[in-house]
Amino acid sequence: MKSAKTTLSLKKAILGVTAIVGLAFSAQAQAEELRLLTWGGYAPDAVVEQFKAETGIDVKVTKSNNEEMIAKLRATGGGGFDLAQPSQDRIAGAQAENRIYKPMDLSKIDSSLFISSMLDATKTNTTYEGEVYGVPHIWGTSGLVLDTKKAGDVKDYADLCNEAHAGKVSYRLKRPTLIGFAFSMGMDPFEAYGDTAKYQEIMDKVEAKLISCKANVKTYWEGGDALLNLVRSGEVVAAMAWDTGGWKLNGDNPDVTFVAPASGALGWIDTFALPRKTENEEAAYKWINFVMRPEIAAQITAEAGNFTASKGADAFAEDKLKAQFQASFPEQDLNNIKWYPTVPAGLETIEGKVLDRVKAASSN
Amino acid sequence: MSSVSTLSGTAEQERKVPVIKLGTFLLMLPLLLWLFLLIILPHVDLLMVSLREKLGYREYAFSFQNYIEFFTEPLYWNTFVRTAVMSIIATVITLVVGFPISYYIAKVLKGKKRSLLFMMCLIPFWVSELVRTFGWMILLRESGVISSFLQWAGVVDGPVEMLYNDASLMVGLVYTSMLFMVVPLVSVLDTLDDSLIEAGYDLGGNTFNILREIVIPHAMPGIASGCIVVFMLTLGNYLTPTLLGGKDGLWFTEQIYNQFITRFNWESGSAFGFLLLILSSAIVFVGLKLSRQTLADTVK
Amino acid sequence: MSTQLDLECRQVVKSFGKFTAVDNVSLEIPQGSFFSILGPSGCGKTTLLRMLAGFIEPTTGDIRIKDKSMLGVPPNKRPANMVFQHLALFPMMNVAENIAYGLKRRKIGQAEIDRKVADVLERVSLPDAGEKRIEQLSGGQRQRIAIARSLVLEPALLLLDEPLGALDLKLREHMKVELKQLQHEVGTTFVYITHDQSEALVMSDNVAVMNEGRFEQVGTPQDLYYNPSTAFVAGFVGDANRWEGRIESLEGGQAMVALEEGGVIATSFAPGTSFSAGETVDLFVRPEAIVIERSKAAQEKARLSGGKNTLSGVVQNLLFDGANSRALVRDQATGHEVMVSLPQTGAFSDLKSGEALVLSWDVEKTRAFKATKAASQGIAA
Repeated sequence: MKSAKTTLSLKKAILGVTAIVGLAFSAQAQAEELRLLTWGGYAPDAVVEQFKAETGIDVKVTKSNNEEMIAKLRATGGGGFDLAQPSQDRIAGAQAENRIYKPMDLSKIDSSLFISSMLDATKTNTTYEGEVYGVPHIWGTSGLVLDTKKAGDVKDYADLCNEAHAGKVSYRLKRPTLIGFAFSMGMDPFEAYGDTAKYQEIMDKVEAKLISCKANVKTYWEGGDALLNLVRSGEVVAAMAWDTGGWKLNGDNPDVTFVAPASGALGWIDTFALPRKTENEEAAYKWINFVMRPEIAAQITAEAGNFTASKGADAFAEDKLKAQFQASFPEQDLNNIKWYPTVPAGLETIEGKVLDRVKAASSN
Repeated sequence: MSSVSTLSGTAEQERKVPVIKLGTFLLMLPLLLWLFLLIILPHVDLLMVSLREKLGYREYAFSFQNYIEFFTEPLYWNTFVRTAVMSIIATVITLVVGFPISYYIAKVLKGKKRSLLFMMCLIPFWVSELVRTFGWMILLRESGVISSFLQWAGVVDGPVEMLYNDASLMVGLVYTSMLFMVVPLVSVLDTLDDSLIEAGYDLGGNTFNILREIVIPHAMPGIASGCIVVFMLTLGNYLTPTLLGGKDGLWFTEQIYNQFITRFNWESGSAFGFLLLILSSAIVFVGLKLSRQTLADTVK
Repeated sequence: MSTQLDLECRQVVKSFGKFTAVDNVSLEIPQGSFFSILGPSGCGKTTLLRMLAGFIEPTTGDIRIKDKSMLGVPPNKRPANMVFQHLALFPMMNVAENIAYGLKRRKIGQAEIDRKVADVLERVSLPDAGEKRIEQLSGGQRQRIAIARSLVLEPALLLLDEPLGALDLKLREHMKVELKQLQHEVGTTFVYITHDQSEALVMSDNVAVMNEGRFEQVGTPQDLYYNPSTAFVAGFVGDANRWEGRIESLEGGQAMVALEEGGVIATSFAPGTSFSAGETVDLFVRPEAIVIERSKAAQEKARLSGGKNTLSGVVQNLLFDGANSRALVRDQATGHEVMVSLPQTGAFSDLKSGEALVLSWDVEKTRAFKATKAASQGIAA
C-alpha cells in the first residue's frame, strides 16, 4: 500500500501540472462533458446514451464508494468531478472538515420528481451552516442475507455468532456492521451520536462481541461480488449485506434471500452533491432532473437493484423486484428501518480503532 | 604513497566540479525533476502532514502526537511487529525455496531448458497481482480446486478451507516475491566459476560445506539484494494480505490505507507511512550488518 | 626405479554419444615422477585429466591410484588433487583459509592446520602471504598458492591442468623451472597436461603425446624429440621440416625418397618400422640438424652427396631470435621452404636475405613415416 500513500500526496504534487494540462483541455471539453463520481450501477450505459441523445452531454462515469469519494475530492480540494453521489450521512461532516462541496441551488431542481418525504429528510441531513448540500437519489438497506434452509434461525445480526454456523458466516468490517450489531444488542448508537463517551461505551461492547464472534466468521468480505460468490458457492450461509445482493442471489436460488433483522434494517440514501470545483454545474442539474424521471429511475432500479427517490418510478419497476422487496419488508419491518443520521466528526476515529482491534484480534 | 597522491587527485577534481555546464544541467534535468517531483516533494509533504495534530475542523497544530500514538497504542505497534515478522519469515521462505531453483537455473541447466525454466518463473508476472491472487483463491477456497481434489481422492471427508489464514497468506506472499529473489540469485550464481565448485569437491569438500563456504559467500550480495527487495515488497504488499490473509491479520499497509481512506486521518496515515519507511530501513540495516554486507555491494 | 605405481590407467575409454574423447588409453606412472600429457586442444587430454580427478567416470577401463581402483570414487574421496587451469582459488577466503580448506575437511585440529599451512607457505616461498586476499597476489604468487593448496593435502597425485597458460612469457619460463624444482623437492607425482611442448619437454620425466583421444607415444622428452615414433609426434614435438615423397629404393637401413617437386632425399628408418618401395612417406628433418654453407654454385635439386643430403637455396627470410635464430631458405628448384637454425657461434650473423646457401644433413637425421593426414596436422598445430 505504499503506492496508495504516495499517490495521495502525489496528487497534490502533480496538481500543478494537471491544472496546466487541464486548462488547455477544459475550454473545449467544458460544454460537452459531465464527470460523475458515483457507485456501480447508478449510471447505466443505456441511461447515459439517452441523456447524450437528449442534451448532447457526455457523461464520464467513475465508480467509487463513500470513503474513496471523500478521499478523492479531498485530495483535489473538491475538483476533478462535476457531480458526486455520497451517502447522505457522510456529507455534512466531510463538508465541515474539508470544504469539498458546493451548496445546491434547489430552484434548479424539479422537486416534483422526488418523493417529498425523502427529499425533505435528505435536505435536513445534508444541511451545513444553513446551506443544503444534497438531494436524494437511491436508497436501500443493509440487513441479513440468509440461506433460509440452513440458517433460518438467524433473526438478527447477533445471531450470526451462533455456534451452529461456525465458519459459515461473513460480514464486512465497516461502520454499518458496528451500528447493526449495536442495535441487535439492544443499544441505540444513533441516539448516542452526540455523546462521544456514551458512543465509545457502546462501541466497546460491540468490539467485545465482534472479537468473541471472530471464530464464527469465515472471512470479512470486502467487495459485493466476493460476498455473492461466497454465498452462491454455499461456503457462507448467513451474512450481513445489502438488500440488493440478497435479491440477486434469490434469482439463482430461491432459498437465499434478504431478511430484515429483528432490530431493524439500516437504511441509507445516496445523494447528489456538487463538488466545490465543479466545472459544469448546469449539466449536473440536467442529469439530476433527467435520472429522476420515473421511467429513467426505473431503468436505474433495474440495473442497481435498489429503489430511487423518484416519485412514481415504482409503476415502471419490475414485478419480480417488487415482489422480492415486499417479501423482505413486511409492513412492520419497513417502518422499523433505521435511517442513518448525519455522522458527527470524531465518531469515525472511535469506530476506526474498534475495527482495527477486531481485525487484529486472534480468532481463537 | 599512492594513496596520498590519489587523495590530492580527487581534491583537485572536486575543485573543478562546481562548474557545471548548461548542457550537463539540461541533460540531468529530467532526472532532477523526477527526483524532486516524485520522490522528494511527496515525502516532504508527507512529513509535514504527519507532524500536525487536528484540533477541530481545519484547525491544526504542530505535534508529534501521531508518532507518539503509534508507540503508545499497542494495536499499531503490534500490527507493525506482526507485519515485519511475517515479512521476514516470507523473505526467508522465499530465499530457501528460491535458492535451489536459482542454482538449478544458473548452474545445472544449459541452453534451452535453462531459458524455459527461467521463463516459467517469469510468466506468472505477466498477469496482474490481482489476477494471480484470485488464482490462489480459486485453488485454496473451500469449494476450490484443491479441496475438491482432496475429497475426490478420499483424503478428507468434507470440504477443507485453506484460505484466510497465515499459511495461505504466506503462500501468496512467497509466490508473489519469488521472481524478485530468483533474478538476483541467478545473476550472481552465473558469475560463480564452476571450477570453484569443482575445486571444493577436489579438495575433499562435500555438497553441504561447498554450499556453505563457497557458493553462499559468493552469492551473498545477490542474497542480500534479493532479500531486501522481497522484504520491502512484502512489507509494502496490500493486495495479498487483504485477499488471502482474511480475517485474522491486519497488515500494516492496510492500517495506513485505513487511516487515509476510511478514517480520513491523513495525519496519522502519513506518520505511519513515515514510520514504515524508517522502521523497514532499520530492519534492512540490521540485516545487512548481521550478514556483513554493505548496501554498495548489494546494488553492484 | 621402484616398481610402485602411483597411477595406472588400463584401456580407459570415454565416449560422449558417438564421439570418443579418450580412446583406449593405458599408462603407468611410477612414484615420484613428473608426467606430462601433451597434445593439441581437443585431443582429449582434459577429459583424461578430469577422469583422473573423478569429475568424469570412464565409459570403460580402469583407473588405479596407488593400486586401488578409482571407479565410483567421487573426487572428494580420491588421493588426487587438481590445480585448475584458472587456479580456482576461492576469492571469498584469504590465502591461509584457501590452503586450510582441504585440511578442515579432514577434521584435523586447528593447531595442526596452522602448522601445515605455515609449512607449505614456506615451501612455496610465500611465508607471509597467509593473511592476504587472493586479489592482492600477483599471477605467479597465485600459481604457487594454488599448488600449495593441493600439496598441503599430501596427495598421491597432483593433477595440473595447463596452469601456466594465463601467465606472461617471462613468468611462464620462470615457473617452469620452479615447478620442476618443487616437484623434485616434494617428491609427489605430478600429472601435467599442456599443449605447449616446451613446458612438457622442460619439466617432465616422461611425456605422453596425445592425439585424437589416443596416446601416440610415451617416452622421455629426449626420446620424443630425437626418436619420434609417429609422424604426428615428429611434427608436434619440436620444429621440423617436412617433405612428402615416394620410396624409390630400399638399401640396408636407408631408403631413397623421390620428392614430388623433384630431387631425392635419403632417409633412415625408425626402429621397428618397415617400408616397401613405392610407398608414399613423410620425411622430417629438424632445423638444427641442417648444416649451412655459403655457396655461389649453381642451383641444384636435392640429392645425396658425400653421404649427406644436400640441396641449395636462397635465404628468403631471417628470423633473428638470439641463440634461437633461424633462416627460411627457399629451394629454388622446387619452391620448397626449409627452416634452418643458424649456428650459435655467430658465424652467419651477417647473413642476408637473398644470399645463396648450400644445406646438408646426415642421412640418420632424416626420419620417414608412412604418409598420414595427422602429420600435416601436427605441424599446423
